[in-house]
Amino acid sequence: MSNRWVIETYDLTKRYGKLEAVRKLNLRVGASRITGFLGRNGAGKSSTIKMLLGISRPSSGSGVVLGRPMDNAQQSRESRRHIAYVAEDKQTYAYMTVGQIIAFTRSFYGDWDLNIEQRLLRQFALPFPRKVKALSKGMRTKLALLLALARRPELLILDEPSEGLDPVSIEELLQALITAAADGTTVFFSSHQIAEVERVADHVCIIDRGRLVLETSLDRIRQDYRHVTFGFSTEPPPVDFTGESVASVRIDGRQIAMMATRNADAIIARLQRLGATSVEAAPVSLREVFLAAVKEESDALV
Amino acid sequence: MLLTLNPSSGQPLYVQLIQQIRHAIETGVLRPGEGLPGIRTLAEQLVVSPNTVVKAYSELEHEGLIEVRHGSGAYVSGKRSNKPRAERLRNAQDRVRTLIDKLQRDGISEEEIQRLVDAELFFSTPAGRKR
Repeated sequence: MSNRWVIETYDLTKRYGKLEAVRKLNLRVGASRITGFLGRNGAGKSSTIKMLLGISRPSSGSGVVLGRPMDNAQQSRESRRHIAYVAEDKQTYAYMTVGQIIAFTRSFYGDWDLNIEQRLLRQFALPFPRKVKALSKGMRTKLALLLALARRPELLILDEPSEGLDPVSIEELLQALITAAADGTTVFFSSHQIAEVERVADHVCIIDRGRLVLETSLDRIRQDYRHVTFGFSTEPPPVDFTGESVASVRIDGRQIAMMATRNADAIIARLQRLGATSVEAAPVSLREVFLAAVKEESDALV
Repeated sequence: MLLTLNPSSGQPLYVQLIQQIRHAIETGVLRPGEGLPGIRTLAEQLVVSPNTVVKAYSELEHEGLIEVRHGSGAYVSGKRSNKPRAERLRNAQDRVRTLIDKLQRDGISEEEIQRLVDAELFFSTPAGRKR
């Protein structure tokens, strides 16, 4: 199946009592890409992932994962055979040893890849006879990743995989994700580590208070997003930015600063015609894009 | 091949890769027939999405600078001689050095020169998109 999107949701909503954790979310995740899923704590990332996996049911709205509708129990089970999931809490089967849990999981999957299993065992230096509960957090994550990748999933979903890992383990984790992506697996992972997302992801989806506030490629952020600061030698003229792709405009004395999300050169030319005497333009980091996107009144960012 | 990517430089990573590989070819650091790492190897080494390498390689292949062979990495194309280009670059470097010397003698600081050059490059191409 070579659909363009591996995940598509339509007004996906999850309510817990009065709380709306996910509100009319329209999320799209492209095939054969690495997509980062960013949001503050409580923004609805985990609730969204649970619905995508069929672990919890949407309160309203719908979605399609790997070409199969989420709300059809049988179809959703079928698509789950091609999805692997690495959860935030990897405490399951704590009483088994590393060797036992690998053999146990392998028995469920006919297309289990022994080469990947052996390669990752070596690469991660996982202790075969040790009980899962005696593993460090980093080791547990690597074990979960091995169990996920040896199945050669079409889609790999990870919820905060690097949480609590040391920098070396994070590097190994990211390398394993890249190898999986090179093998054709679509990777969708949530993270608070914006720098790691900025480095490995092709695409980012940012959600805030249960809604999608930005979906774009890292290439576009690097290429088109610019911090631009204008200086004027007199009182700056009133400038109307409606219709322009700018966010977070600030005016201070004779300076105007903004984040342009496209056509920075046209905006610069326009303000120079209005008498700007100095112009400074600088690239925008994903961290800054994220902060602007989750700020109150974050409109006009796309 | 030693490559360094800067995720926050304001240039897509694949463009940075293209520039560094092109520069290595133009200056003779990489010669015709010499190999480049495969897509998977380079992506793992740089810890970037394989798509970044795919995009860079296919652009370089399109320019005729490299040839990508399935399963065995990429090679610097032997089709054209890059020598004149290397000479032109050395020549350009001399001219830049002369200009900087002159500006410094006129009392312009290093930082100011940097700023002037950046501004010129930024406005000469759409949104500072360098090729």
